Amino acid sequence: MSKPANPVDHYENQIDSAYDHNPNDAHHAGDHHDEGPKVTLGFWIYLMSDCILFASIFAGYAVLKDATAGGPNGRELFDLNYVAIETALLLISSLTYGMAMISMEANKLKGVIGWLAMTALCGLGFMGMEIYEFAHLIHEGAGPDRSAFLSAFFTLVGTHGLHVTSGLIWMGAMFVHLFKRGLTPANRIRMMTLSLFWHFLDIIWIGVFTIVYLMGAA
Amino acid sequence: MLTHAEPAAHAASTADVSPLVAFLFGKLRLDSIPWHEPIIMIAGGGMVGAAVLVVALITYFKQWKYLWTEWLTSVDHKKIGAMYIILALIMLLRGFADALLMRTQQALASNGGAGYLPPDHFDQIFSAHGVIMIFFMAMPFVIGLMNVVMPLQIGARDVAFPYLNSMSFWLTAAGAILINVSLVVGEFSHAGWLAYPPLSEIEFSPGVGTDYYIWALQISGLGTLLSGVNLIATIFKMRAPGMTLMRMPVFTWTTLAANMLIVAAFPILTVTLAMLGADRYLGMHFFTNDGGGNAMMYVNLIWAWGHPEVYILVLPAFGIFSEVVATFSRKRLFGYDAMVYATLCICVLSFIVWLHHFFTMGAGANVNAFFGIATMIISIPTGVKIFNWLFTMYRGRVRLELPMLWTLGFIITFVIGGMTGVLLAVPGADYVLHNSVFLIAHFHNVIIGGVVFGCIAGLNYWFPKAFGFKLHTGLGKVSFWCWLIGFWVAFLPLYALGLMGMTRRLDFMNNPVWHVYLIVALCGALLIFVGILAQIAQIVYSIWKRDELRDLTGDPWDARTLEWATSSPPPFYNFAVVPKVGNHDAFWDAKQTGTAYVQPKSYEPIHMPHNTYSGFLIGIVSAGLGFGLVWHIWWMAGGALLVMIGLGIAHTFNENRDYYVPAEEVKAIEDAHFANLKAAGLAKAGQPVKAGK
Repeated sequence: MSKPANPVDHYENQIDSAYDHNPNDAHHAGDHHDEGPKVTLGFWIYLMSDCILFASIFAGYAVLKDATAGGPNGRELFDLNYVAIETALLLISSLTYGMAMISMEANKLKGVIGWLAMTALCGLGFMGMEIYEFAHLIHEGAGPDRSAFLSAFFTLVGTHGLHVTSGLIWMGAMFVHLFKRGLTPANRIRMMTLSLFWHFLDIIWIGVFTIVYLMGAA
Repeated sequence: MLTHAEPAAHAASTADVSPLVAFLFGKLRLDSIPWHEPIIMIAGGGMVGAAVLVVALITYFKQWKYLWTEWLTSVDHKKIGAMYIILALIMLLRGFADALLMRTQQALASNGGAGYLPPDHFDQIFSAHGVIMIFFMAMPFVIGLMNVVMPLQIGARDVAFPYLNSMSFWLTAAGAILINVSLVVGEFSHAGWLAYPPLSEIEFSPGVGTDYYIWALQISGLGTLLSGVNLIATIFKMRAPGMTLMRMPVFTWTTLAANMLIVAAFPILTVTLAMLGADRYLGMHFFTNDGGGNAMMYVNLIWAWGHPEVYILVLPAFGIFSEVVATFSRKRLFGYDAMVYATLCICVLSFIVWLHHFFTMGAGANVNAFFGIATMIISIPTGVKIFNWLFTMYRGRVRLELPMLWTLGFIITFVIGGMTGVLLAVPGADYVLHNSVFLIAHFHNVIIGGVVFGCIAGLNYWFPKAFGFKLHTGLGKVSFWCWLIGFWVAFLPLYALGLMGMTRRLDFMNNPVWHVYLIVALCGALLIFVGILAQIAQIVYSIWKRDELRDLTGDPWDARTLEWATSSPPPFYNFAVVPKVGNHDAFWDAKQTGTAYVQPKSYEPIHMPHNTYSGFLIGIVSAGLGFGLVWHIWWMAGGALLVMIGLGIAHTFNENRDYYVPAEEVKAIEDAHFANLKAAGLAKAGQPVKAGK
């Protein structure tokens, strides 16, 4: 980060050092510097609950995947080439997010913003493709109300899509935070938790890609 | 093939009104309010009247600012916990009113009479009773006690995420608001407390009742989940130095276990209700009869949440009893390690027994045998706990104070309830007793005997900690005996009726043999009602006589754990100096070694979070989101969602989240506490005290 810390940060650092660097003040240091690990742990716990959320939807999909009610099944509907591009976009976005985190470790704000923008673009591309796929299916008469299989399919893929959309909104707010304040400790924690969220969504998508698309089209 | 007669009021179609009205009000019409139902109108009028009265009183005494700054926007875990408990007590009244209505109806409609409740209304009452008692009475009560007590027990100054804590509470409150609105505006679900499809599907429940059910639970469930994340992070990251996991008080352990269950189980509920919602709103086919839907998948999913939920409620109650038994037997808890492992065992086992709720599904003998045996195995760790409590009392100096009375009542009641549970766990027996009132008697036996008795024991035990004065003993005893005897009078007849073949949820039956039992059950319910009235009287009288019941020491029961080491009520920062823990029962050890009640030489500034209105606003707006979704008022739902997201993002730009309490202010508060301790003859002759820095 080439820009010097803004005045408020500077002031906050002073407060911190006034209290936290006091050697007689053991419990005090615990108060403030725990913020990062505390938030990260809390976020992990939340992610695990999200994992169970997806697990339940996967379970529902597994139960209903053959309940096509005379409607089309996965083999007739899925275009693996299309989904492969979608998947590639999301995987690349994980890579670019990783680059953003490397830039953050190197204190390069511009790098962070640049790589984050790449991530957001890939995410937007992914969402665009997903929405197009949904619209196409509904247009073909294979909407979520056609059969239990399609209900489960739209819900599983759509829930993942909603999560990606939340991640994109979060990224939008993240840009404002980064432009406003730079790489403050608070923003580093935000970048870290958003990173966990984004990679988590990638892992979920690999499950979706395998179980829904690869196994469904086979 | 409409099965349930749907009042015309609820079936208002959007075809016969102007598009503007349909846009503005969705499905909501003036005749959505059941004007013709006197019981609902009187109850609703009473509720609105009470609300107006409260608002008027607050305005008259000019308490709005106090309410806003000290309570609504508070991020203090003790105040949030107190608000949870107040919510629980109010909802207890509502849920119990439903219980009385049902008992009366069954007593009146079992001997040739028709009763006074139309079937459509009776179905809503038993649905609302279950939903309110579990989600808006038991859950807030348990979470409230965890909020008030757990951070104090581990020597922390607040929870890990205070703002999130405030938001969790207000989301729960929003769910409760929606449920109560449903009483007057529209209708509530008539599909039972778990809303099994296909009955809860749009085809058979075209009214808004099931939608109220879905959105009230989704919103409050989100609050519960966030609170679970919060409390786990608090326990793992904020314990006082020296408090290793195996030195945590048992209530903290059970809090940890219950919250791990919340985080693991509540997402399943969210998914299940979302799927039901998708069926109802988007025409999907998860659980419908047609389109390949699978209604039994709903039953599996909802119980995969529902059984852990039972332990989410009862584990903290077990923790409360553990604290109470040790304190009032003046002994260290017998078998601490066994207690911890038993808790964790129950935690794991609670996820592999869900199918015992529907042995009759016909999953096959082997599947039923597995779940039957798994269910019986749970009684082993539970039995370990019972024996631990008994052995703690054995050769202890047992004081029969109120919390201890409730604990003794619990042990007897719960053991019997547990045994009828093991009986139901035998699949063969369950085929006979499934859906009978024997089952009703069983789960009330464990939930009232376990959770409710536990919560009231906890209320009596920790009330002086939270508010600085004890609850009145005499009225408390009246309440206890009415509850205990009333419980048995109300539910023993149901065991008998269940064995005689009476199924649950009957609004009308012409059977003189059953009639007698139902009259007895009604008398029991009325006795419990007296118990509840005595409880209200106990709280009101204690507030009135609070100076006589004042606790100056912070330790009115001569107790053992850290929450008693600070003043009653604790200062907003809980501990001026974070305690150091060297063993179990940290405060008892400090009293034994003489390190308790010693004022430190100096104080340091304390880092605390600011209040924030974000959590409150997000919670309240979420009620608007729910209301809009229920009535298909899309502008309201969409607008509320946008406002919620906006408020959440705006909060991240709030940089002024925390501050330091100056050492001088800490010293002034602590000096007052130590003056009280001196007056009580407890404070150690102090070293000279001066403020640090």
